[in-house]
Formats: sequence, structure tokens, C-alpha cells
Amino acid sequence: MGSLQLKSIRKAFGDHEVLKGIDLEVKDGEFVIFVGPSGCGKSTLLRVIAGLEDATSGSLQIDGAEVINTPPAKRGIAMVFQSYALYPHLTVKDNMALGLKQAGTDKQEIETRVAKASSMLSLDPYLARRPAELSGGQRQRVAIGRAIVREPKLFLFDEPLSNLDAALRVQTRLEIAGLHRRLKATMIYVTHDQVEAMTLADKIVVLNAGRVEQIGSPMELYNRPANLFVAGFIGSPQMNFIEAGKLGDGTAKTVGIRPEHIALSRDSGEWKAKVIHVEHLGADTILYLETDVTGLLTVRLFGEHAYSPDDVVFATPDRASLHRFDAQEQAIL
Amino acid sequence: MSTRARTSPVRTGLVHLALIGYTLIAVFPVFLTVINSFKDRNAIFRSPMQVPLPSTFSLVGYKTVLGQADFIHYFQNSFVVTIVSILAVLLFGAMAAFALSEYRFRGNALMGLYMAIGIMIPIRLGTVAILQGMVASGLVNTLTALILVYTAQGIPLAIFILSEFMRSVSDDLKNAGRIDGLSEYAIFFRLVLPLIRPAMATVAVFTMIPIWNDLWFPLILAPSEATKTVTLGSQIFIGQFVTNWNAVLAALSLAILPILVLYVIFARQLIRGITAGAVK
Repeated sequence: MGSLQLKSIRKAFGDHEVLKGIDLEVKDGEFVIFVGPSGCGKSTLLRVIAGLEDATSGSLQIDGAEVINTPPAKRGIAMVFQSYALYPHLTVKDNMALGLKQAGTDKQEIETRVAKASSMLSLDPYLARRPAELSGGQRQRVAIGRAIVREPKLFLFDEPLSNLDAALRVQTRLEIAGLHRRLKATMIYVTHDQVEAMTLADKIVVLNAGRVEQIGSPMELYNRPANLFVAGFIGSPQMNFIEAGKLGDGTAKTVGIRPEHIALSRDSGEWKAKVIHVEHLGADTILYLETDVTGLLTVRLFGEHAYSPDDVVFATPDRASLHRFDAQEQAIL
Repeated sequence: MSTRARTSPVRTGLVHLALIGYTLIAVFPVFLTVINSFKDRNAIFRSPMQVPLPSTFSLVGYKTVLGQADFIHYFQNSFVVTIVSILAVLLFGAMAAFALSEYRFRGNALMGLYMAIGIMIPIRLGTVAILQGMVASGLVNTLTALILVYTAQGIPLAIFILSEFMRSVSDDLKNAGRIDGLSEYAIFFRLVLPLIRPAMATVAVFTMIPIWNDLWFPLILAPSEATKTVTLGSQIFIGQFVTNWNAVLAALSLAILPILVLYVIFARQLIRGITAGAVK
């Protein structure tokens, strides 16, 4: 079990308000990801849920019970930190067992749970080692193991992959996804990396400047961003924004088109453009164009294409994939 | 063959020369004390720079010192005062440092500054007031008086050094402990203290040496026979007209030993850092 309900959570440090009233509902077994730029309050929100920071006001319920005044250890949560935060003077096994020992769990039970977690994460050969003797990936697995043995209602992850190198990050991402499928546990995960968010989440919460911008499944956010911020934040390369007036659209203020929704031709098309720069990535080719109508335009083509700077091309947007935003930066549906 | 991109033999040589020169200057008085403590009285005055020869070798100083049964007692006093003071300084200093570095409360910075004033103002300025206080509380001529004063003397520096180190202990680690259900005391004793052990050793060394060597407070607060420390005890051999140099030098040589042992113990802790791999 593990549902979570936040009602108008606010957090201020002195005069500086970091969370400006967050409402959120997480159902049992969901994988929810908080994503947003640095300083948007996503880590603070996670720490409020963990009980490491006191909220200034608001209500926080785990499984229907109000926990806003409950200390972290009694909330039935476990947390995995970006820096792993393993106890350096304890062995891997003791690192995992400490929380249970502290809670007065039966010895036999501790053994069983640690054994189960360590085999799940293939940590068996390392149980007697200290954290200093492990690699980064292994340390992160120990940190995850320490969370698993507590059998929490909620798993909290605070940018767990940021300290890993690219290859390990993909591998650990798969492990976390697998873990979620197997444990069917509720997980809340903070990241600034939208790829992690898109690939792992059942539900993404986009935060900006202490407010929730949009909550939805990855594809909802991609296909129907609620406002200009979400449209710009989700998707890479970033969506192109064009002043609606330049396209003769009187009702909208801004029109957005994703780089992958623009077709390119050497002979004819809607906007005549000059190629400024080309990035060949193998699977994709990213072109930066300068057009008279739209200004700078990013275009993403699939596969390899032999364009080079200063080529003259014609770009045509896919009309069905245009996103239109009003003067308040909200999407016009 | 190692490369020479970053080190030139000339520069390394000069650095070593300077260090060796300084070491010689620093060690020379100690050396002089020790060699002369093994010579007879005439040899001390006739050729003070000479190492003991078979003809001049004499243990008379040590016999005098150890023959005075009280001297063992003086050592014991010094030991009790030094050890208890160090423990008190480390415990209370570390606890105060933890509070100052870990918790946000009104007046935190001001409190830190107040504690640091003790580093800038010598405690001896308050000797008269301290003596009056000790007299009033009936602590004159007790080791407790010395321990209290030395604890007060050592705590400011301890807080200053330790709070810097405690700030460097990762917040995530402490938070992980909180989620695992450790109390704030358990976090302090079981997570933070082991991690800042090298800093604790530094503080212990800095605290220990002035206490062991101090003559001022034992002379003023605890000059009785029962509470004399080694430094004060050695003074009995220095008279206004006659000084028993053999005994003085022997007593001083003996006084170096315990502090050397303590230093070696703490220095081992200084080197053995176990923080590696805590985070990142």
C-alpha cells in the first residue's frame, strides 16, 4: 500500500517562498516523477514528503493518515539520495540493516529481508565490504537496497542517477524500472533530466518556480502541453516558438512546433530557409535554420541526411502538430 | 624513472633545506635538555653541548627525581588533569559545534562568534576572577578546579575547528540516518563523530600540549602538595640561590615522555581518514 495526498503544501525559507501551494494525488503503485529546472522546488517538495523539511502550511497524507507532524522514520518511507549517503564505517550488510535494527525488527526477519534485497540487486558478493570498496554503481545499488529492506509505503528518489556516468545511468534506469514492476511499490522520483522522466514515469509532475505547471503521463505532456513552459521543457531539442502574428494567426499569441514535426525539402515548401548548422547524430540529423518568417528554427530529421551549412532548403510544418498558446501562455485547445 | 614536469630538484632541495633547518632549531633545546639530564653536575656546566661520555655519564638527576616519591604523584595529577580536560573539551566542544553547524536557530551566528571570542582573549586575563570563584566554591587546591579552567580554555578552539569540519559532513548522510530512525544523539555519536575523527585528533593535540605544560594555573589554583602537576613539581628543584640542574633536566626529560605517547596515539588518528567513499 502507498498512496499520497498533498493539499496546498507551502514552504518558505524566511521571506523566500519555495513551494507556493502544491496539490497532488499519487495512487498506490504509481511511479511519479517530479521534474523541473534547478531551483524549481522539486527537491524541497520531496524532502517535505520525507519529513526532512517541515512544511510551512498544508496537509500531507500517506495512506489516508495525516503525517505532516510525523518524524521521517515513522512515515513508512525510504529515500535514496543523489550522493548515496551510505554509512562509511558500516559494511554493506549493516548499511542495509541499520534502519530495521533501529526499529527493533526481529533478527531473523532482518536477515531474510537483507538476503532478499541483496540477491535482487546482485549485491551478495559485497555484503561484507565497506562503501569505500565499491564502485559508484554498486554504491547506488546498496542505497536502493537499504530502501528496499524497509518495505516502505513510499520510495523516494532524489536524483539517484546524477552521479553515475552515462552508460551506468541507462543500466541503473532499467534496474529501477524493473524494480518498480516487481515490487509494485509507489515511487516518487526527482530529476532534472527529462529523458529519465519520460522513460520511467507513469505520471510526471512538471514544477516551475514552486508551482505545479502540469501533471500527466509522459505522452500527455508531449502531445498536449498545458502551457508554454511545459511545451518548452518537455522534448529535446526544444520546441520552436514562433510569434503567431507572423504566421497570420490572429487568435493565438505564440505557436509552437516540435523540431520533429517539420518536413524539409530542397525544392519547395512553406518557409524558405538557410542552413546555419548541422549536427549529425547517426540516428538523427539536427538542423538549425534561419528563415525570413520564423527566425531561427530547429528541425530534427530521422536518419542521415547530407545537408551542410549555407544550403538553401524549404521547411514545412505538420499542421496537425501545431501547438497554440494565448497571451497568458496557456495552451488553446 | 619519474618525470620532472612539476618538481625541480633545486626547488625540492631548498624546501627540504628550510624544513631541516627549522627542525634542527626546534629540536635543539629538547636535545640539549635530554643529553644534559644524563650528565653529572660538573659536565653540565663545563661542556653543555657534549653528549654524555662514559666519564661524565650519571643518573643522579633521575635518582633524585624518582627518589622523591611525590614525583610519581605529580605525574598522576598531570595525567588526570590533561586526560579529563581533553575528554571534556572534545565532548562538549563537539556537541556545541554540532548544534551550531547543524541547526538553524535565531542567534546561531552570534552564538558562534561569542564562542570564538575565547580564542582571541587569553583566559589568564580572568585569573583573579577565576581564583575568587574557585575560593568561593571551595575548589581551590583540587584537580577539579584545573580541569574546569582547562576545559573552558580549550572549548573555543574546539568549537571553531570542529564546526567547520561538521559542515563538511554531507547532509544526505545525516538525513539518511534520520529516515533510518536514528535520534539526533545517535546521528551525532554514530555518524558524525566517526567521520570527523581526524579533526578530533587535531583538537586533542592542540588542547593537550598547553595543558600539560601549564605552570600558571597549577601555581595559582592548586599549589598544594596533593594537587601539584609535573611542571609545578619540577620547580622545587629550582631555588633562589641553588638550583639542582640534574634534577630539573631529568624531570623535564621525563615530562616529555607521556605527552609524546599521547601525541603518537592522536597522530595515528590524524592520518587514518575513513571518510573516503562516504559520498560520491
